[in-house]
Amino acid sequence: MSTFFLCTALFLCFLMLASLYRAIFGPTVLDRLVGVNAIGSKTVILLLLIGFLYGRVEMFIDIALAYAFLNFITVLAASRYFHKRKGLYEESFLE
Amino acid sequence: MDILAIFFLVTGLIFFTGGAIGIIRMPDFYSRLHPAGKLDTLGIFAMVLGLIFYSLHHFSMDTLISILKMLLIVFFVFLSSPTATHSIVDAGMRAGLRHWTKKKRR
Repeated sequence: MSTFFLCTALFLCFLMLASLYRAIFGPTVLDRLVGVNAIGSKTVILLLLIGFLYGRVEMFIDIALAYAFLNFITVLAASRYFHKRKGLYEESFLE
Repeated sequence: MDILAIFFLVTGLIFFTGGAIGIIRMPDFYSRLHPAGKLDTLGIFAMVLGLIFYSLHHFSMDTLISILKMLLIVFFVFLSSPTATHSIVDAGMRAGLRHWTKKKRR
């Protein structure tokens, strides 16, 4: 059973590479935000899986909970920061 | 009980792969948001359900508490993911990002 957890964790890391691609090559800044948000939500699950792998479930559940909060606040702060920026419009034309 | 756990974990993985592929393939920023926001939330829900079933078969008081905490995480992600996606779209619209239309490519 724990090998199955290991395989799911590795597969999740591979999926993170996919959303990392979007975070790097995203044409507009907000695409990068979407990529980071996707990676953040996958890390929450990865933390839970690691918790189950190492047997210390309670500790890792708290870490995953804290990470979910952080991910949410980060996305809110970043999108709030990009509210007034007019720069996005030209970038999206270069697509 | 283990079969259920494996089943839910695999469905969670399928949702995550759908989300990852959706993020890459979608043509425009707004359509790219659609799978990212939804499928990740659903993937988290399915995988946590699988982990709960896995931790159910040696049931005791402290596993009950960890199950409740996992449900709290799922509940929080259900709340936070749509609001986060909403604020991203709000930032995009305010910055004048036009959505992709079929006729003209730009």
